[in-house]
Amino acid sequence: MSERTDLLLSLADDELILGWRNSEWTGIAPFLEEDVAFSSIAQNEIGHARALYELAAVELGTTADALAFDRGPDEYRSAPLVQLRRLEWARTIARHWLYETADEVRLASLKASDDSELAGLAAKIDREEAYHRMHAEMWIDRLLATDEGRSRLDEAVTELWPYALGVLDDGLRPEFRAHAEERLGRTLPDVEAVPRGVHEAELAELWEEMTSVRRSAPAGSQW
Amino acid sequence: MIFEVFRQERKGQPFQHAGSVTAPNEEFAEIYAREQYGRRQESVALWLVPRDALHEIDEFPDEFGMKYRRVDGYSIKARLREAREKAGTLELAPGASDE
Repeated sequence: MSERTDLLLSLADDELILGWRNSEWTGIAPFLEEDVAFSSIAQNEIGHARALYELAAVELGTTADALAFDRGPDEYRSAPLVQLRRLEWARTIARHWLYETADEVRLASLKASDDSELAGLAAKIDREEAYHRMHAEMWIDRLLATDEGRSRLDEAVTELWPYALGVLDDGLRPEFRAHAEERLGRTLPDVEAVPRGVHEAELAELWEEMTSVRRSAPAGSQW
Repeated sequence: MIFEVFRQERKGQPFQHAGSVTAPNEEFAEIYAREQYGRRQESVALWLVPRDALHEIDEFPDEFGMKYRRVDGYSIKARLREAREKAGTLELAPGASDE
């Protein structure tokens, strides 16, 4: 597999798994407006995953659906940050913001790529991610505005920071850290990243659920 | 805060009331309205109006039942035509060239 396809699958797996995780709030978010918004963001992420899988599928001679659902749980390249099941709102918002912030750094580097197909897709994705960032940033403003909010956000970010670092390659981490520290007005712990390729137990559980419909259908079913 | 949302389905069409969103401020309201009334490309524009900014009028007294003020059953078109004929301005009237 080429380095390019490997990269496309990493990006697509991040978006797919995060989309599924975010959709775990559908119907049970703290209030109706947020429920709709967060579910819509989840659907967008899955749409990005599809576009990325389609590009990878051309080179691999397969389909986006096969890449999304026919691989085993250990074959996913998603960062451990998006694998975690976090049914607690402060951590959900912290993960959402950490991911969007890291993704912004990553998309900026992809937009500058010589590979025009990849750069074009990154630019297209970034135009939608801009609204996800707007949503995440508003929550950060809101949480930083009160003592309770700040302490809950700080706790969640500290806990998730090693995972957040793992979203990016070594080279992009310093920029991500600087951006996050400036925004939060605090230093973040100097820790080892939880890298891509580590599979949290929660991923296997999600995989069971995510692929169950496809696995239950006879081979060759049309969707 | 409650924001009333008005949406425009196509360019040039009037904005119509779509519903409302509850949000802590204008920034959140924008995101929520975008996701609720725009994510399926069902709107080309939205207006967000804080409910407090609306001035509602809901009383229209008609103590004497002045039905003659209503225009039901009264052909304005025919009356206008007559009046224009009298004044000799029929050919200047809007739509005259279509006839």
